[in-house]
Amino acid sequence: MELRYSEADEQFRAHLSAWLDTELAKVPDPPAREDWPARRRYDTDWQRRLFDGGYAGLNWPKAYGGADASPTEQLIFYEETTKAKAPYVGVNFVGTLHAGPTLVEEGNEVQKSAHLPRILAGDEVWCQGFSEPGAGSDLAGLRTRAERDGDDYVLNGQKIWCSFAHVADVGEFLVRTDPDAPKHRGISWLILPMDLPGIEIRPIRTTLGSSEFCEVFLSDVRVPVANRVGAENDGWRVTNVTLKYERGTAFVGELIDSLRLCADLAPHVHEPVSTRELGRCLADFESLWALTKRNVSQAAGGAPGPGALMIKLAYSEARQRFGELCIRVQERDALTIAGNELVEERLRTQALTIAAGASQIQRNIIAERLLGLPREPR
Amino acid sequence: MFLDLNDDQIALRDGIRSLLEGRFDSARIRAGFDRAMFDELAGSGVFSLRADGFSWADAAVVFEQLGEFCVPGPLVGSFLAGEGTIVGVIDAGMTIIEHLDEIDSLAILGNDSLAQVAASAIAGERLEWPLDPLTPVWRVERPPRGEVVADCDAATWRRAGAVLTAALCLGLAQRMVDASVAYALERVQFDRPIGSFQAIKHLLADMAVRTEVARAAVYHAAAHLDAPDLAGLDRSVSVAKAQAGEAAIRNGKDATQVHGGMGYTWEVDVHLYLKRAWVLDTHFGSAESHLDAVAATLGR
Repeated sequence: MELRYSEADEQFRAHLSAWLDTELAKVPDPPAREDWPARRRYDTDWQRRLFDGGYAGLNWPKAYGGADASPTEQLIFYEETTKAKAPYVGVNFVGTLHAGPTLVEEGNEVQKSAHLPRILAGDEVWCQGFSEPGAGSDLAGLRTRAERDGDDYVLNGQKIWCSFAHVADVGEFLVRTDPDAPKHRGISWLILPMDLPGIEIRPIRTTLGSSEFCEVFLSDVRVPVANRVGAENDGWRVTNVTLKYERGTAFVGELIDSLRLCADLAPHVHEPVSTRELGRCLADFESLWALTKRNVSQAAGGAPGPGALMIKLAYSEARQRFGELCIRVQERDALTIAGNELVEERLRTQALTIAAGASQIQRNIIAERLLGLPREPR
Repeated sequence: MFLDLNDDQIALRDGIRSLLEGRFDSARIRAGFDRAMFDELAGSGVFSLRADGFSWADAAVVFEQLGEFCVPGPLVGSFLAGEGTIVGVIDAGMTIIEHLDEIDSLAILGNDSLAQVAASAIAGERLEWPLDPLTPVWRVERPPRGEVVADCDAATWRRAGAVLTAALCLGLAQRMVDASVAYALERVQFDRPIGSFQAIKHLLADMAVRTEVARAAVYHAAAHLDAPDLAGLDRSVSVAKAQAGEAAIRNGKDATQVHGGMGYTWEVDVHLYLKRAWVLDTHFGSAESHLDAVAATLGR
């Protein structure tokens, strides 16, 4: 155990910090929240700056334009960019953090050279077409059909919760290529250009009133078989390979931000019972920050620990608890969201215990994979 | 930055663990703390780690294991005193004293000083039916006073005492996870192991998560004791004591529930762990007082 960072890590931090100082001065004010074309421009402009500065695809292999950074450098990157209030990854989320890493691992050379440089440079925005109205927690139960017709697949079905689909160029889509196989074995992973005929995108309004969520309807959409990543019917495995890019650092930015929000809330806290609750929230965030560092230490040693599977559950529950406190201590000041980050966050963070594996699914995973308890039906 | 056990710490953990597995079974633990137990632990170097050049983080690794085995006694006081004698510790003003029949002296922790008094100079009345059967207690009429120890760093006593106690609590919490998982796999109802029901699985998952979160907090605080110049030491210490203390108590409660009727018996060890967790919550500040201290670092 050692809290001090190495000299090389501190040097990385210093360079990054100096670079952020220079670059952030050039970033314009963020656009209006519902101006999606402007938000795409804003987010991809920041991605381009990261690319030019050598900070895009930090954990990707150098061969594909990445920096091959260590887990600790990744941690420092998230820590410093959050502290400096750099733009959030935004519309680049799927491309840089999910679809891109999947292509790095599983794509062929044509697919890699067509997409990876464009993702890193902010020239190509991706969305995700995984969930369906009938396939949420049971994702492998998805039914969107891809029927082979010559050199094409013909897609029919409906996807939901596709964040940023209305501004995306490309989507990573899971489709059923063999309806007769056991459900995990009949799925394929496709690169879907979002401007193909037969794709209809409808925004969904969230609890915040924002509309980054979309439904995507697919009617006889023809996509080349060459757009399939990995073997036919092997899509379930393909979609899980990106887990190795997840080194327990997924919530670093949010955690650093949570620590700041605790400090922001403090002046509003007066009752002893609320003071103690604030202490509890801060203690939780500090512990999770320590757990993140522990996860990174273990990942760097090549043996991810149990914490990597736990951080999502623990963080999302802690953050919602903090959101409750934000609402309570503000009393009637909480009745407006405008200009009130603490209330807005209370609503936004309701998604945390649902998205990317609901808390109940997380508990199943922890109980089965880490504690060795009997498995649920699949 | 490295918040996992290094090779030396793994060896240290395995060493103390094999001693405890070989010599400190449930029957020995249930016989309670005595001088022979102290001598055996002292002989293996438990109380002289600091003098022998080990770090605070190393000490936390050892104390976590002592907690896992529910080892009773004034372990933290004896460690901090480092005199080769059995030393109890209380906060100034306390009138309930543990293990008065076995300690050589009592350390009294004030706000910014430490006093010490010989146990033989304290007249106390032994109380019947202690909450933790392995932590016998005495009541004294007036809070004991002692000689102020010159050049003693009371702040280090307070911080290190909280972190080592947190490490004990972490061990208690971990053992409650392991015992409950084992029981849930073995106990059959409705023709299935009860560990196959989500109601039980989710309880166990929550126990495991709070233990791992507490472990991160305790290791962080212990490493912080070794790097006291880094900012936020007091917050780290309070976070560790609050998280580990609550994890031990909540895991004791959940373990009781998972064990069903057996969890309510004297025979199963679960009650010893829960009772110890309650005892340790009164040492070096309760979880609640530490949560307040954490909030105070934000000016509240």
